[in-house]
Amino acid sequence: MDTNKTVAVIGGGIAGMEAATFLSARGITVYLIEKEDKLGGHLLDWERLFPTMRNGSEVVKFLMDGVKADNIKIMLSSKLTAAEKSGKGYNLRINENVDLFADAVLVTTGYDLFDATKKEEYGYGIYDNVITSADLEKIFMSGKALQTKQGNVPKKIGLVHCVGSRDEKAGNVYCSKVCCVTGVKQAIEIKQKMPYTEVFNFYMDLRMYGMHFEALYKKAQADFGIQFIRGRLSEASEDQNGGIILKVEDTLMGKPLKLTVDILVLLIGLIPAKGSKEVGELFGLKNGVNGFYKTTDQHTLTNSSNVDGVFFAGACTSPKTITNTITDARAAASTVAAYLFNYRSLERKIEQNEDFWLYNTK
Amino acid sequence: MIEEGKEKVWKDYQKEIAEDNYFYARSCIRQNFFPGSEVAFLRILKELGKNLFDDPRHTTCTGIAYHSDIVPFDTTMTVVARHFALMTEAGLKNFVPSCITSFGIYTEVLELWRHHPEIEQKIKENLLKATGRTFEKPENLAHSSDIIYKFRNEIANKSKYRLVNKETGKPLRVVEHIGCHYSKMFPEKGVGGAEYPLVLTGMVQAWGGEVIDYPERRQCCGFGFRQYIVQANRGYSVACSKKKFESMAPYKPDLILTNCPGCPYFLDRWQYVVSEMEGVTYGENNGGIPVFTYEELAGMVLGYNPWDLGLQLHQVPVEPVLDKIGVQYKKEDKYKGVNGKDLGRPESPSCLKI
Repeated sequence: MDTNKTVAVIGGGIAGMEAATFLSARGITVYLIEKEDKLGGHLLDWERLFPTMRNGSEVVKFLMDGVKADNIKIMLSSKLTAAEKSGKGYNLRINENVDLFADAVLVTTGYDLFDATKKEEYGYGIYDNVITSADLEKIFMSGKALQTKQGNVPKKIGLVHCVGSRDEKAGNVYCSKVCCVTGVKQAIEIKQKMPYTEVFNFYMDLRMYGMHFEALYKKAQADFGIQFIRGRLSEASEDQNGGIILKVEDTLMGKPLKLTVDILVLLIGLIPAKGSKEVGELFGLKNGVNGFYKTTDQHTLTNSSNVDGVFFAGACTSPKTITNTITDARAAASTVAAYLFNYRSLERKIEQNEDFWLYNTK
Repeated sequence: MIEEGKEKVWKDYQKEIAEDNYFYARSCIRQNFFPGSEVAFLRILKELGKNLFDDPRHTTCTGIAYHSDIVPFDTTMTVVARHFALMTEAGLKNFVPSCITSFGIYTEVLELWRHHPEIEQKIKENLLKATGRTFEKPENLAHSSDIIYKFRNEIANKSKYRLVNKETGKPLRVVEHIGCHYSKMFPEKGVGGAEYPLVLTGMVQAWGGEVIDYPERRQCCGFGFRQYIVQANRGYSVACSKKKFESMAPYKPDLILTNCPGCPYFLDRWQYVVSEMEGVTYGENNGGIPVFTYEELAGMVLGYNPWDLGLQLHQVPVEPVLDKIGVQYKKEDKYKGVNGKDLGRPESPSCLKI
C-alpha cells in the first residue's frame, strides 16, 4: 500500500523509531532524520531497564526490526537546518546540502540530561568520586567493576534522588518521572554486583507510580537491604581519602545526619533538549513553561502542536518512561495519519484552560 | 579533587569590580577586633594610586540589629539610603563596604528595590522627610575584599614576600574562609560564587600560597548573630568553630584567611577558648593556627611592619607564619603602642602556646 505521502521524523531515538515503523505500516514514506551516527538515542547508553531488568539492547533490537521497512529512509549524521512551508507540507533542508519535501513533520527530539555541575554543592566534576546515574550506566555497560577513583572497592555508596528535578533553584520545578525508579534499579544492581557494599538512597518522596515499581522498591529493601533515607542532601564535601561526606536531614527521624560514602551517584533529571529548541525555532513551535514543547491539549490533543502539519512524540513534550514513549510514538503515528488522510477525528476541539490553571499566578 | 571543575564554576561567577574612585564604608566592629586592617586597606589603595573617600559621617548599616530582629527593615533601608546619599554627595558612584554583613545588607536592599521599585520610592520619601537628603544608587557595589582581589596581581608585583616557606620552598597551606553574607545569600554577587568562592583563593594563589579544601570548609565560623548575641547560645558558636578546626587540622594549615569582621575574630579567639576548655590545640607544637584578614595578609606580603598591621592583637600568635616566610620584624616592638610606649603583656593562656 503506497499512499504517496511523506513524513519527516526529526530524531531517531525510540519515539522516532517506533513512530516511523507505524507510519510506514500505513504506506507512508518516512525520512527518519538523526543527528548522531546511530539510531536509538539515550537508550544506547542504558544497560538494564526498570522494572524487569531487561537489557536495553533488546528494546533497541526490537525497534530496529521495525525501521527496516523499505519505505523508511534512515538519514544518520543528519541535521535539519531549514524548514519552509510549501502548500500543506514542508520543504526541509538537511546538512545544508540535501532538500526534501514532507507532507507532515513529526518532531521526536527527546530530552537532554540535567547538567549535574549546576548543583554545585554536590561537587560533580570537582570531587573525584561523585558520578551521575548516566555515568553509572556507562560503567555497567563497560563490564568493568565499579571502583573509586583511587581504585578501591566502595564499601558505601549513596544515591541522591531528584538532582535537577523538582528544584526551583535549578530552574526545574517538574518531576522527571523516571529517576525514582532508576535509583531503586541502580541500587539493586550495585547490590547484585557487590553484596557487601552498603547502599543508601536519599529521597524527598518516592514516586513508584508504574506497574511493578512498588514491588521493585519493596524488593530493594526486603531482599537487598538497601536503605532509603527521606531527606534532601544539603551538601557534599570531599575528605582526605577521596570519600564523600554527606550532610542530610533524616526527616523521618527528625535528625541531621552525617555520613561518608565512597561513591555518590546523582540521579539526574531530564531537561528539554537543546535540539528541541533549534527545531522549535525553525517551525515556530511553542514551549510550555517548563521548556518542553507545548502540546495543543494536556488530555486529548497530546501529539499536536501549534503549527499546522507539525506533530510531537516522546519525551520532547515531557519526561516519559520507555513504555510511555513507545505508546506515545504509536499514538503520534496515528495522529499524523489522521492529518494526512483527513480523518474526522482531528476536527474535534476542546476548550483550553491549561494556561489559567497551571501558570496564571494572579 | 578536580581543580579544573572549580575553575569552570569560577567562570560562571565573575563580577564587575570598579577600577577606581571608591566610597568606603567602614565596619562597626573591625576597628576594635582587628584595628590595623582598615588602615592597611587605605594604605594599600593609596599606594596603588586609587582615589578613596573615607567619610566620617558614615554610620552603622544596622546589619547586626537587623539580623537580630531589633531594627525593622524599613529603618535599615533608610539608613542604607542615607549612606548612598553620602556617596552621591561626595560625587562618587562606587560603594565599597568593609563589612561582610554590610555588603550583604546593601546587596539585599538593592535586590529588593530592583524587584519592588515602589519600596525604593517609599524609602526615598522617608529619607527626604527625615534628613532632607536625596541619593543615587551605586553603579558598582563591591566588598573591600573584592577590591584587593581585583588588584591581587598588582600587589603580588609590588610584594616583598611570598606565601612560601623559606626553608622548604613549598607554598604555605592556607585555609580560606569567606563570611556567610559575602555570597551565600546572593552567590552571583561574590567572586567565584558561594560553594567554591574564589575571592580569597585568588589572593592566596597570586601571592604564592596553596589553598586547602577541607570537608567543613562551608561551615559557618560560629559568628552567627543568634549564636553569640544570646549568651546562652554561645556554646553553639564555639561548637561551630571547633567543628571547623577539627576538620581542617589534619591538612596541617599554616594559616587561615578570612574576609568578614567576625570570622577572624571567632576563629582566632575560640582557639584559645577551646584550648582552655579541653586542652586541645590545632596548630604545630601545641600552638594555634594563625588567622589573618585579607588586608593583614596583603600588608604582610607588601612588607608592612607586622605591628603596624595590628598583628600583635591576635590571640593566636602570628610569628610562626612570619618566621616561615622570613618576614623581618622586631620582637621587642610587639607590645609597644604607636607612640612607642610599652602597653604591657597579656596574661598567658594555660594551654595554647604563645
